[in-house]
Amino acid sequence: MTDATIASPAPAIASTPTRSAMADMWRQFSAHKGGVAGLIVFVFILLAVYVGPYIHRVAPNQINIRDKNQWPSLAHPFGTDNLGKDMLAQVLAGGRISLAVGITAMLLALFLGTLVGVLSGYFRRLDGPLMRITDLFLALPLLPLLLVILLLFRDTLRAAFGPETGIFILIVVVIGVTSWMHTARIVRGDVLAIKSQEFVLAAKSSGMREYRIVLKHILPNVLSSIMVSATLGIASAIITESSLSFLGLGFPSDFPTWGRLLFDGANFLQLTPSRVLWPGLAISMTVLSVNYMGDAIRDALDPRAVKR
Amino acid sequence: MHKLKLLLAGTVAALALSGAAAHAARGTDGDLKILFWQAVSTMNPYLSGGTKEVFASSIVIEPLARTDEKGELVPFLAAEIPTIDNGGLAKDLLSLTWKLKPDVKWSDGTPFTAEDVIFTWKYCTAPDGGCAQAAQYEGVKNVEAVDPHTVKITFTEPKPYPYSAFVGGQSPIIQAAQFKDCVGAKAPGCTSANFGPIGTGPFVVKDFKPNDVITFAANANYRDPAKPAFASITLKGGGDAASAARAVLETGEYDYAWNTMVEPEVLQTMLAAGKGRLESAFGTNVERINLNHFNADPSLGDKRSTADAGPHPSLKDPAVRRALSLAIDRDIIVEAGYGAAGKATCNIVPAPAAVASTKNDEWCLKQDIAGANKLLDDAGWVKGADGIRAKDGVKLSYLYSTSTNSVRQATQELVKAMWAEIGVGAELRNASAAVFFGGDPASPDTFQKFYADVEMYTNNFDGTDPEKYLAEWLCDKVPGPANGWQGQNIPRYCNPAYDKLVGELSKTADVEKRNALSKQLNDMLTEEGAHIALVHRGDLSAFAVTLEGVKMNSWDSQLWNLADWYRKK
Repeated sequence: MTDATIASPAPAIASTPTRSAMADMWRQFSAHKGGVAGLIVFVFILLAVYVGPYIHRVAPNQINIRDKNQWPSLAHPFGTDNLGKDMLAQVLAGGRISLAVGITAMLLALFLGTLVGVLSGYFRRLDGPLMRITDLFLALPLLPLLLVILLLFRDTLRAAFGPETGIFILIVVVIGVTSWMHTARIVRGDVLAIKSQEFVLAAKSSGMREYRIVLKHILPNVLSSIMVSATLGIASAIITESSLSFLGLGFPSDFPTWGRLLFDGANFLQLTPSRVLWPGLAISMTVLSVNYMGDAIRDALDPRAVKR
Repeated sequence: MHKLKLLLAGTVAALALSGAAAHAARGTDGDLKILFWQAVSTMNPYLSGGTKEVFASSIVIEPLARTDEKGELVPFLAAEIPTIDNGGLAKDLLSLTWKLKPDVKWSDGTPFTAEDVIFTWKYCTAPDGGCAQAAQYEGVKNVEAVDPHTVKITFTEPKPYPYSAFVGGQSPIIQAAQFKDCVGAKAPGCTSANFGPIGTGPFVVKDFKPNDVITFAANANYRDPAKPAFASITLKGGGDAASAARAVLETGEYDYAWNTMVEPEVLQTMLAAGKGRLESAFGTNVERINLNHFNADPSLGDKRSTADAGPHPSLKDPAVRRALSLAIDRDIIVEAGYGAAGKATCNIVPAPAAVASTKNDEWCLKQDIAGANKLLDDAGWVKGADGIRAKDGVKLSYLYSTSTNSVRQATQELVKAMWAEIGVGAELRNASAAVFFGGDPASPDTFQKFYADVEMYTNNFDGTDPEKYLAEWLCDKVPGPANGWQGQNIPRYCNPAYDKLVGELSKTADVEKRNALSKQLNDMLTEEGAHIALVHRGDLSAFAVTLEGVKMNSWDSQLWNLADWYRKK
């Protein structure tokens, strides 16, 4: 069903004599059906979350105790919670926060992980110290660390950026700096394998500078594993944020996020199943669609695939 | 297992033949299954202050007297309750003489005597013992045996209410012979004694797995030959409140689950299965919002919420404190979060009935948005463009903190919405219960530090006499760096007239006068807005429909009359 929409631009691109790299990548990407489906779902979620509130004009925090625990109806398409708040509005508002937290934290973790991974894989001298730092971070008990970070910076950030933005920055940084280690290990392994290959040797003997070798020859080849970590990273960031909220370290309790909605709704599973169904579905669909997109992007970026 | 089946078959046959009353003989009702979602770690309540340990140990060991479900003392190991009238309590309130039941035996068959009572006192007051229930023996000068079945307690100063030592689940009598080598620093090392105390209660410990399962068998030497009706008990620990309630109410796997504090509509869906019932008992628990009488502005750093910070810029105004209380619809909060386990209240001392005031119910129990708005208008607090009232640059916007719990977070949101109607803003914050109630002086999130403008939690008092509790609002009990944040006057309320009245209460012995004074003190706190009392909370537990003889008790262990429980046939 997606083929029809995708097929039309492909011949147009093919007919142009000089094919750009971007078009090449798009062609590769669109050949991956799962990736296209993932893209459509992800764009739909983004649109719903950012444009939806302009169509469904109910405030997510509007309490109406008389309308509590309602099943889906025209006025409340996703039903209401035990305080009578509209679930659709909450899921949309929660999505904005969860997606923003998930994507930003993932980017931060990815940046840190790739940096550490490439440096320790490529430069022999840095390998030991950097990997020991990675081990150190892996061994750190996360919860006490989070408590300390929170105690140290919460009031400062709250004063500087206000309660919501301050907590957002704090959470993104906290999740980012505590989840880069696995990416670093994977990237290091890939770099070690690639740097002993002939084309790197060829680049070195041609007098190419080290940073250019890393950027032009190493990075494109490890991009596929980075992409896989990125897609997994979004999911784990969304989930970490919800557990933080539960411990009282996250956003204020009247500030909905997908994880918090899911957690709050768990006890009401029998009474109003839609309370867990929609946030749960939203998290799974986001994670799944990002995963498929990651898969397709990896295919599109794979230099060996482009040659074919 | 085979034996049990035989036993059960025999029971049914016997009952069919006799057609007698439900519990005819000891051990005929099979196994009683109990679920505590917080697992039990020891059977010695003197080594752990936790409710779960106190409750579990009450199955095996007993005090001289307990408080029944109506709040009255009933003798257990004592023959009668000593009073001034029967000569047990001295006229000068300096000594109390307990007469013990004459032929009580420990579960190992040895006789129970006054020596065991004296030993219990020595055990808990031994230096380096770290006794968790030392408060029960506060003010006790000496405990001596008048004869093998009479114990005399002398106090260091007159005690108008002397029934705390050896009374209730928190200070049961332990056997001197078993614990004689476990006094002081050696106490925690006596594992077999702590896990399997010899008792006088209806059951004995058969097997103890810490933080998991405990099995009990009926005590062959229990003083009533017809009790207990159950042959054994299996007490399982772990899980959470909702799953514990489900195991009793919906699946019927257990007979009794303690403390099933879950949203009322969730419990309703479980009750529909028809396997169990809920029972609540109202003790003295009151959910309240403390109003910080000191400035809690974060820019003050370590000075905030102490006397150095000065009075709170807006909460020092009595009109604001009154308006915050008027704006709250307590009935909605009860309906949304507590159901049958809560009642709207304006009193910090809600029970027993003799000391519960009704003076302020008229103006306080009913929500009055118009009245609250008028109060604030008259006091000069004007609504700004953002809908928040302000005066002289001070905004009525508060940081509102509490512990993490779904019912509390729902209450926070409701209160925030109600306050918004009178132009008061709130920023919600919650901290994990382990931190909030942890009392760590290094953490800024504890309820004692109160680094917030308003905070919400529940507190209660032990027993039925509120004197010690009302003394918590004395000026010198304000927590601060000087006393390691250990004072109990959390709202930092201070009124010399109140202090004087508390002094009067501590010197009064007459019950009527004591009750009147207690009511007066409670009313003073409500009227002056030391805090906003919200909900009188009950203890809520789930029972199987077949379980009979249960009397839910909020003043003592809920298992206080376990010997009388039986299964309906």
